[in-house]
Amino acid sequence: HARSRNYVSESEVCKLESVPLDFGDYHPLKPITVTESKTKKMNRKGSTSSTSSSSSSSVMDPLSSVLDGTDPLSLFAAAADPVTTTAAMDSTRKKRDKDDSSAVGSDFEPWSSKRGEILARYTTTEKLSINLYMGSEKGKATTAGSAVSEKVRTRLEELDDLEEGSQKELLNLTQQDYMNRIEELNQSLKDAWSSDQKVKALKIVIQCSKLLSDTTVIQFYPSKFVLITDILDTFGKLVYERILSMCVDNRVSLPDNFSPESVNDTAKETCLNWFFKIASIRELIPRFYVEAAILKCNKFLSKTGISECLPRLTSMIRGIGDPLVAVYARAYLCRVGMEVAPQLKESLNKNFFDFLLTFKQIHGDTVQNQLVVQGVEIPLYLTLYSPAIDWILQCIAYRAPEVLLTEMMERCKKLGNNALLLNSVMSAFRAEFIAARSMDFIGMIKECDESGFPKHLLFRSLGLNLALADPPENDRLQILNEAWKVITKLKNPQDYINCAEVWVEYTCKHFTKREVNTVLADVIKHMTPDRAFEDAYPQLQSIIQKVITYIYDFSLLFSVEKFLPFLDMFQKESVRVEVCKCIMESFIKHEQESTKDPVILNALLHICKTMHDSVNALTLEDEKRMLAALINGFIKMVSFGRDFEQQLSFYVEARSMFCNLEPVLVQLIHSVNQLAMETRKVMKGNHSRKTAAFVRACVAFCFITIPSLSSIFTRLNLYLHSGQVALANQCLSQADAFFKAAVSLVPEVPKMISVDGKMRPSDAFLLEFLCNFFSTLLVVPDHPEQGVLFLVRGLLNVIQDYTWEDNSDDKVRIYTNVLHLLSAMTQEAYIYHVDKVDSNDTLYGGDSKFLAEINKLCETVIAQILDHLKTLGKEETLKRQSQLALYFFNTILAHGDLRNNKLNQLSVNLWNLAQKHGFADTKTMVKTLEYIKRRSKQPEMSHFTDLALRLPLQSRT
Amino acid sequence: EVLSGVVVITSKDTVQHQGISLTMEGSVNLQLSAKSVGVFEAFYNSVKPIQIINSTIEMVKPGKLPSGKTEIPFEFPLHVKGNKVLYETYHGVFVNIQYTLRCDMRRSLLAKDLTKTCEFIVHSLSQKGKLMPSPVDFTITPETLQNVKEVKVFFFILNLMLVSKNFIIPQPLTGELVVENAEAAVKSIELQLVRVETCGCAEGYARDATEIQNIQIADGDVCRGLPIPIYMVFPRLFTCPTLETTNFKVEFEVNIVVLLHDDHLITENFPLKLCRM
Repeated sequence: HARSRNYVSESEVCKLESVPLDFGDYHPLKPITVTESKTKKMNRKGSTSSTSSSSSSSVMDPLSSVLDGTDPLSLFAAAADPVTTTAAMDSTRKKRDKDDSSAVGSDFEPWSSKRGEILARYTTTEKLSINLYMGSEKGKATTAGSAVSEKVRTRLEELDDLEEGSQKELLNLTQQDYMNRIEELNQSLKDAWSSDQKVKALKIVIQCSKLLSDTTVIQFYPSKFVLITDILDTFGKLVYERILSMCVDNRVSLPDNFSPESVNDTAKETCLNWFFKIASIRELIPRFYVEAAILKCNKFLSKTGISECLPRLTSMIRGIGDPLVAVYARAYLCRVGMEVAPQLKESLNKNFFDFLLTFKQIHGDTVQNQLVVQGVEIPLYLTLYSPAIDWILQCIAYRAPEVLLTEMMERCKKLGNNALLLNSVMSAFRAEFIAARSMDFIGMIKECDESGFPKHLLFRSLGLNLALADPPENDRLQILNEAWKVITKLKNPQDYINCAEVWVEYTCKHFTKREVNTVLADVIKHMTPDRAFEDAYPQLQSIIQKVITYIYDFSLLFSVEKFLPFLDMFQKESVRVEVCKCIMESFIKHEQESTKDPVILNALLHICKTMHDSVNALTLEDEKRMLAALINGFIKMVSFGRDFEQQLSFYVEARSMFCNLEPVLVQLIHSVNQLAMETRKVMKGNHSRKTAAFVRACVAFCFITIPSLSSIFTRLNLYLHSGQVALANQCLSQADAFFKAAVSLVPEVPKMISVDGKMRPSDAFLLEFLCNFFSTLLVVPDHPEQGVLFLVRGLLNVIQDYTWEDNSDDKVRIYTNVLHLLSAMTQEAYIYHVDKVDSNDTLYGGDSKFLAEINKLCETVIAQILDHLKTLGKEETLKRQSQLALYFFNTILAHGDLRNNKLNQLSVNLWNLAQKHGFADTKTMVKTLEYIKRRSKQPEMSHFTDLALRLPLQSRT
Repeated sequence: EVLSGVVVITSKDTVQHQGISLTMEGSVNLQLSAKSVGVFEAFYNSVKPIQIINSTIEMVKPGKLPSGKTEIPFEFPLHVKGNKVLYETYHGVFVNIQYTLRCDMRRSLLAKDLTKTCEFIVHSLSQKGKLMPSPVDFTITPETLQNVKEVKVFFFILNLMLVSKNFIIPQPLTGELVVENAEAAVKSIELQLVRVETCGCAEGYARDATEIQNIQIADGDVCRGLPIPIYMVFPRLFTCPTLETTNFKVEFEVNIVVLLHDDHLITENFPLKLCRM
C-alpha cells in the first residue's frame, strides 16, 4: 500500500532554501591551490654537475600566477615570521648576486652532459691494453693500534713497491673489458681510500693518469679521457673531503666559503703533504693530472693558491708533446678550473692561445707518422679534437663579452680558417653571436680546404646555431640557399641526413610551406635510393617532429605535398607508429576547432589506421590505451556541422577501421548517442519522418556495436544509456530491445571483475547499475503485447536467480529499492517523464487492475525481504539484521501508507526487530523517532502520532 | 731561541729518584763513502763527530714524585759551544746533522736509570745578505757540448733560462726552457736535482753526489719555440741550505737532461745555491 504523493508540493517543501550566492572573487575551491613557494632554490654555486635547468623562471605557470599570494596559509605564515623570511630572501639574493659574478649558472652546459655523448661517439673495435705498475699485493692489514712508526714503515714500503713494483700488462682488451677494468680501478680506489691505504689510492690514481699519455688506438682516446678523469674527480673529491673533515672544530664544520685562516694546522700540514708528494711524481702527465685533480685543496692553504696554480699548470701543459694529449689536458684543466674558480678567466684564455700556438704540430711529422702507423685518416683524427676544443671554448665563451669572442674569431681566422676550430667555435659560442654572423661563417666554411675536417659537420653545427637563434632578416633566404646548395651535394646518406635534420628546423621556422616542401622533397630524393632511410629513422623522425612543431595548422601541413610521401619512408612498423603518435598528439594539442576538411580527415584517418593496425596480441595495455586515447581525441575533433548523415557515416567508417580498440568503440557509441540527441535538439523534440529514420539508424548502430565489447559493465551501462537515448527519441521498441538485452546480460555478471589490474568483487558495481536501471524503468511504458511490468518482473526474476555472495545483503537492498520503484509506480502522476513518451501513469490511468498487480508484486518482494531477515537471526548476523530492518522500516516510513493496519503493524515489528538485540544505533533511533513526531504535526499525518506512541525507544543500558 | 717543553712522568705509585736531568746535544756525523776512499778506510776512518752543542741541566733534585701524572716544564736556551755555528738539521747519506734532547732519571742502585731521547729539528734563521738574483741564461748547441762521441750530431738549439742561481727554500726552482730548433724528435726532458756532499778529513776529502729528485718537464716531441716552464719543488727532507764549512760541504746541482728519440742524451749541469729566508 503505497501512500499517494504529490511530488510537486513535496518537492517544494523539501527543496532547500535557495541562498543567493555571492560569486565574487571568492570561490570555495579556489584558495586550496598552494602557491608556488617564492624563494626559489638557487642553483648551488659551481654546480656544473647539476643538470636541471631552471625553466621555471621563464615559463609562467598559469596556476601559480593567477593564485599567487592568495593562499591564506602562506600569507599567514609570512606575516607570522617576517624575520626569517626576509633573512631567507636576503641570503638568496646575496647568493644570486654572487652567482652572477662568480659561479657557474645553470645555463652552463655541464660536463656530465657531454660525458655520455663522448663515450657513445668515440668507440673502437681494436684491442686495447693497460699497463699498470701496481705494487704486489701484500697482506697489508694494519693491525689496530699499530705504532706510528710501523705505519710510516708500511707506507715507505708501499712507496718502494711503487718504484720497483711488478709490471702488470693487460693486452688484447676489448673496449668493454677496458671500461670494466677502469671501473674496477675506480672501485679499488674508493676501497683503498676507505680502508685508509692512502698511498695505494694515490698510486692507483697515478697509474691511471699515466694511461692518458698513451695514444695507441687513438680513436678511443676521448673516451679513455672521460673514463680516467672520472677517477681523478673521485680522487679529488676524496682528498678534499678528508681535509675538510679534519677542519671540523668542536663539531662545527667550516662554512662553504671559509678562509684559509680558519683552517687548523694539522689540516694545512696534511694538505701540504699531498702537494709535496704530488710535486715529486716523476712523470709529467700524471703529475699534471693529479695536481689538477686536487686543485680545490689549495683553498685550505691560501686565498691566492688557486689563482697562482692555474697559470702554472697551464704553462706546464706546454711540456706535453703530443697535441692530442695536450689539448685534453687543457680541457681537464678548464673543467676543474670552471668548477673551482670560475672567475679566473685568464687562464682559460691562455689555455686556448697556447693551443693555437701549438696548433701547427697537428700537421707535424711526429703526428703524421703516428697516424700512418695506426692507419687513421686525417679527418677522423681531427674530429677527435672536437670534444676538448668545444669544451675549452665553451668555458671561455661562457658569459664572455662580445669583444672577447670577436677576438677569438680573429685569432682562428689567422690560422687559415681552420675547419676544426671553426666547428668548435660554432658549437661553443653563443648561438646569437653565430647567427648574427652566419653569412661570414658560410663564407669561411666555403674557404676551408676539403682535405681536413669534414664539411658537413661544419654545416651541421651552423644549422644547430641557427635553430636556436635567428639570423638577420635579410640574410635568411640567402643562408638557406647557400647552405642547402652544399648539403644537397653530400653523397653519403648518413652525412646528408645528419645535416638535413638540423636545417629542417631552420627552414620550418623562417619560411613558408613552399620551402619546407622543397626541403622534404630533397630529403626524399636523397634517402630513397638503396633504401637509405632504413638507417636513418631517428633523424627522419626528428625531421617530422620539427615540422609539426612549427607547422601545427593541419590544413597547411597536409597541403605540403611531400609530407605524406615523406611519411611513407617510415617502413618499419614501430617507427611508423611512433611518428603517427607524434602527429596525432600534435593534432590534439593544437587543433582548437572541430574539422571536416576532407584532406585532413583522410590523412588523419590513414594515420590512425596505421596506429590501430599496429595493435596485436602482444601490444601492452598501456600502449593500447594510449593509441585509443589519441584516436578518440581525433574522433572528437571531427564534426560535419549540421550534416548529421555524413557524421554518422564517418562514425560507421571509423567503427570498421578501429574495431580492435574497445575504448574507440565505446567512444563511437557515445558519439552516435550524442548525435541522436543533437538531432532531437535541432528538431526540438518533434522528429520528422526523415529524422526519425536517422535516429533509428543511430540507435541501430549502437545496438549492433555494443555486443562486440568485452567488458560486461561497459556493455550494461551502454545498453542502459543507449536505451535512454532511444526512449528520448521515441524509439520505444528499440528502447525495449536495449533494456531486454541488459536484463538478459545481468546473469552473466561475474562475481569478481578486474579494476585497474586488481580483482575486485563486482557487487557494488552491480548494485549501482541496478538502482540506475530501476529508476529508468519507471518511465518505460509497458509493451502492449507483453504483460504488465514485463521488464520489472524480468529483472526481478534475474535478480532472484542470480547467485549472490553468500553473506551479502545486496539482494535485499535491491528488493528494498524495488519497493521504492513500485511505490512510485502507483502514483497518479510520475515523478519524472520523458518528453513525448507516455509512461504507465498515462497508459493505465491508475487502473485498479494495474495497481493490484503492483501490490501483488510488492507483497512478493516484502515476503522475500522478511524471509531474508529471518535467516539473519543467528548470533553473528544480528547486526546485519538490525541494519536491514531499520532500512526497511525507513522505506516503509517514506513510501508506505501507514494508515493501513497491516503495514503499520509490520513497521512496528521492524522497529522492534531493529532494536531487539541492542545493535541499533541509539542516536539514529532517536532521530528517526523525532522525525516521525515532526511529521505527525503536518496535516493528514495525524496517524503518525499513534505510530510514534507505539514505537518504544530502547535504552542501551 | 729557546727550546721549551714539558717532561711528563706517569706512574702508579710514588717514585723515588736520585734526580732528573735534561741533556741537549747537537753534532755533525760524517761518514766517508766507500766509493771515494775504499771499504776499509770507510769503515775505520769514520771521521769523529763534531759536537756543536752540549749542555745539561738538572731539573729536579733527588726526592720523591707523587703518583699519577707529573709535568715538569723546562726552557733551554740554545747556546753554541765556543765559536761553532748552529747548523740546520740535515740527514744525508754521508753527512748527518742531528740534535737530540735526552732526559735521564737516576734511580737508586736497585732500579735501572730511565732515559728518554727525542730529536728536535733546527731550522736556521734567514741568511742575510748575499742574495743576488742572478739569472742563468744558457744556450745549448752542438758546439757547446763536450764529450761528443757520436759521429752524427743533430742540429739543435736549446735555450735555457733559470730564474736565478740562488734559490730560497721552500720556494720552488723555476725557469724556462725553449727548444728552438731540433732536427730529431725530443722524447723527454727531465730535471735532475743532485746533492753533493763533501767530507774533508786528514786524508783529503771525499765528494759524493746523490740524485734526490728527478722530474720530467716535457714528454714527447714538444712544440718548437714555445717556452716550457721549469718548475721543481725541493723535497723537504732532502734539502737544506747550501752548507760550506771547513770540514764538510753540502751543495746542490741541477741537471737538465734532454732525451732524444733515438736515445741520444744531452745533459747540462748547473750548480745551485740554496738559502733560507
